[in-house]
Amino acid sequence: MSDPVSREPVLAVDGLSIGFQTRRGLLPAVRELSFSVRSGEMLAIVGESGCGKSLTALALLGLVPPPGRVTGGTVRLEGRDLLALDEAALRRVRGARISMIFQEPMTALNPVLTVGEQIMEAILEHEPVSRKAARGRALALLERVRIPDPERRFAEYPHRLSGGMRQRVMIAMALAGAPAVLVADEPTTALDVTIQAQILGLIDELRREQGTAVVFITHDLGVVSRYVDRVLVMYAGRKVEERGTRDLFADPLHPYTRGLIAAQPRAGAGPAGAERQRLAEIPGTVPALAAMPAGCAFAPRCALADERCVQAVPPARRAGSGLVACHHAGETHAV
Amino acid sequence: MLTYLRRSAAQVVFVLLGIALINFFLLHLAPGDAAQVLAGESGAATPEYMEALRRQFGLDQPLYVQFLRYLGNLVTFDLGYSFRQSLPVSELILQRLPATLLLMGTAIGFALVAGCSLGFLAARRAGKLTDTVISIVALLFYATPVFWVGIMLIVVFSVMLDWLPVGGMTSVEANLSGLALVGDVALHLVLPAVTLGLFYLAIYARLMRAAMLEVYGQDFVRTARAKGVRPRRIAWRHVLRNALLPIVTTLGVQLGSILGGAVLVETVFSWPGLGRLAFAALFQRDLNLLLGILFCSSVVVVLVNIAVDLVYTLLDPRIELN
Repeated sequence: MSDPVSREPVLAVDGLSIGFQTRRGLLPAVRELSFSVRSGEMLAIVGESGCGKSLTALALLGLVPPPGRVTGGTVRLEGRDLLALDEAALRRVRGARISMIFQEPMTALNPVLTVGEQIMEAILEHEPVSRKAARGRALALLERVRIPDPERRFAEYPHRLSGGMRQRVMIAMALAGAPAVLVADEPTTALDVTIQAQILGLIDELRREQGTAVVFITHDLGVVSRYVDRVLVMYAGRKVEERGTRDLFADPLHPYTRGLIAAQPRAGAGPAGAERQRLAEIPGTVPALAAMPAGCAFAPRCALADERCVQAVPPARRAGSGLVACHHAGETHAV
Repeated sequence: MLTYLRRSAAQVVFVLLGIALINFFLLHLAPGDAAQVLAGESGAATPEYMEALRRQFGLDQPLYVQFLRYLGNLVTFDLGYSFRQSLPVSELILQRLPATLLLMGTAIGFALVAGCSLGFLAARRAGKLTDTVISIVALLFYATPVFWVGIMLIVVFSVMLDWLPVGGMTSVEANLSGLALVGDVALHLVLPAVTLGLFYLAIYARLMRAAMLEVYGQDFVRTARAKGVRPRRIAWRHVLRNALLPIVTTLGVQLGSILGGAVLVETVFSWPGLGRLAFAALFQRDLNLLLGILFCSSVVVVLVNIAVDLVYTLLDPRIELN
């Protein structure tokens, strides 16, 4: 990918830990997570449901819902630690410098307000402009996300729009303040495959044009592999591997990553082939938050696991341009 | 819109027909008729006299004839004649209806505004002291019988403090007109309206709190937060509008019962309304009057329900009238 990516990270997350406060104490859901994104760069955070990726996304905007709470680390946006800001200051950053789109376009828009009102609100809550000016910008945004007939759509209520259209409206809303970072939490999961591609293409195009950094949360490696520059793989609240997209697919280092890639349905393995290949799966399930193993969280499901894996959490190690957290990384690739 | 009104008009006709039928036969199930009561009150009566009375009022006809005659009269808005009050039923009702509508309207208005405000406040301060106090007060209002509240309010505000009149709709001694009359009626209205409204206030406060908290958990509220919308604006613009929907639904359902509650309150406060008229008609076995009142109340409830439907479409764009 040859895009104009600047040197300075616009978003730098360091040692982020998130836990759930329960009666039996604090259950850690995300541990010591660090990553950074530069302007115009697209980073995918990949993992199974419950690995903490959505929680991480919400933490970037200071929106972790109780009983969850951030227990440590920093989230620096353009040099400012968001986690140290009070609620009022944080509100001014949300929607202006960092914004977010969500998985369910059906429920993420308010059913009793018109699409136009909801986009205008994103502008009016941050900038001292007239309603007329905000309206003009909202219309331009609708056009920008390629919604046909924006004048008419502007006055429409969300239930009148298709899922893909609503997700476009969400994107228009997120872009209203020209944010430095866009967090996309599985924005295509609820959509048809063709619409998925359109929405992904749109996000990709916008970040190229505006230089917005994108953090793309997904459980589906295959969907994003064409668009993202880097992939961060999470397992049970920890980063297990972070690599450039091409490197990751060519040479996945963590056994979990290898499992994920093997579990992708591949074109050509369809019914046309004489022999249908069974999809590879990763045996076992993700350990519960309350029953996290002392060592590597993936060890109970890992074919390579040995004494060392059960006893100690593997530290993140450099691997070429990326990082991997596995005691066995580099020993063998033949699993 | 027009299609909707036309269709609901057709439904109204059927509903009213059903109500007329049920009312009529329900009242005939009770033992005794107007002739017996009239005769009983005059002390003694011969069977011949009773017979004459019955013939005079058409009570000797078979039931279905009486019912058909009743229906025929309904169509021409002739609700019959009250033999006890010696006045046409429609005239009696028209005399009393405005007082009842005024009382009901004020009570509902009070319950809605105060109840929703308290619920809104409680939801915004969920888990805090304000919330606890509001919830306890609402529970108290909910659990206290209406007539007791009425009597206690009279004791405190009329008898002990002498701020408000004990009962009635206007001051008997003064011959007021214009604004002074409005003020006088308003003063008389306070206690009965509050009494009738308190119970519903409690319901709306609890409902509003629950509805708000539920809406707060929805995805679009998270979207609004992610947009950086102010908490105040989230509460007013995003949460309140959506939380009003269940309130309106409940309101439509409860209107009938509010009319029922009016009977009690009108009795306690000697409010010259339909409820007290119905109460009197019931004891005097004034069948025509009672039927007329029941019928009119049904018309009011049905019409108000249509109005509620219309309000619903204003609040929720997803609901369309077809």
